[in-house]
Amino acid sequence: MRPEQGTLISRAQAIAALLELLTDQPVIICNGFPSREAHKIADRPTHFYMIGSMGNAPAIALGVALAKPNKQVITFDGDGNVLMGMGTLATVGALRPKNFVHVVFDNEVYGTTGNQPTISNVVPLEKVAKAAGYANVARVLDRDDLVYEFKDMLKKDGPSMLLIKVNEFVEDAGRVLHDPPEITRRFMKAIEG
Amino acid sequence: MIEGDVFVQAMQDIGVNFFTGVPDSILGGIIAELMNRRLYTPAVREDEAVGMAAGAYMAGKFPAVLMQNSGLGTSLNALISLNMIYRQPCVLVVSWRGQGGKDAPEHLVMGEVMLRLLDTVKIPHRTLTEKSAHEDFTWIKEVCMKQQIPVALVITKGVVKGLHP
Repeated sequence: MRPEQGTLISRAQAIAALLELLTDQPVIICNGFPSREAHKIADRPTHFYMIGSMGNAPAIALGVALAKPNKQVITFDGDGNVLMGMGTLATVGALRPKNFVHVVFDNEVYGTTGNQPTISNVVPLEKVAKAAGYANVARVLDRDDLVYEFKDMLKKDGPSMLLIKVNEFVEDAGRVLHDPPEITRRFMKAIEG
Repeated sequence: MIEGDVFVQAMQDIGVNFFTGVPDSILGGIIAELMNRRLYTPAVREDEAVGMAAGAYMAGKFPAVLMQNSGLGTSLNALISLNMIYRQPCVLVVSWRGQGGKDAPEHLVMGEVMLRLLDTVKIPHRTLTEKSAHEDFTWIKEVCMKQQIPVALVITKGVVKGLHP
């Protein structure tokens, strides 16, 4: 366990705090526990829950953001996911979509497969995003800072990355109940117009 | 030989209105025309392009992803664990490097197995020819809409005008 582990909030606590600040924005949620936990905390039709295609959440969010420039698009991502699809930080940084908010839950492990370590303990992902061209980045370690920074990012032109250091706790959440084609249909209908 | 602008117009005529991908020399003329028309969003990897296409589709677009066939390898997991199971159609415009064993060594294996690979993962495909172009584009649109999955339009060397004819 890392030294600060005891003081960090869990990913589920972070998700709950974020979803309290969101209403009808499209949210693309990466595969693994983040989708399951978000589904349990608040199941909204504007949520696109991923299973599979790890590393691809920000690419999907980018496609939505480019096609819907008037909607603020959020993606919930993980450290292992960002590392796998790191090239997308460059694509986002180069295209600079103003309506793109990238939230990263960084627990420094691959939680779904048994907590094997990632390398985000030594690679500060928000600094990579900043170097790639994200307009705003922040790293937060507690709930108060999370709320402050996320509110701020929702008001600013992006692209933005909020990296939230979280502990390894996993909420008791089952698999997402909707089948994938239903998730697509529901999400499409919810973000129409 | 099909001109780049004729190809792009044919894609637009079947409703494609979001283009992304990773370049290949065979696709050079098409990408140049897409850039002229300010229709092209470059990606850095083919799986990223496939993800962007999925997002654009869900936001109301009909997307296409351009790639060299090596990119099928790179994007295979996204295609089968995202687009196919979530029913997100897109047109894959795939250049056939290594066709007939005449290409650089890195293209030969994929060049030989590409059509069988597409068959194996159940991605419908059609190889574009100048003579059948009209039916090819119509077929692509119909299969995409009906099956709601990615469909590949395979481009062999010399069928669409490249940058270096």
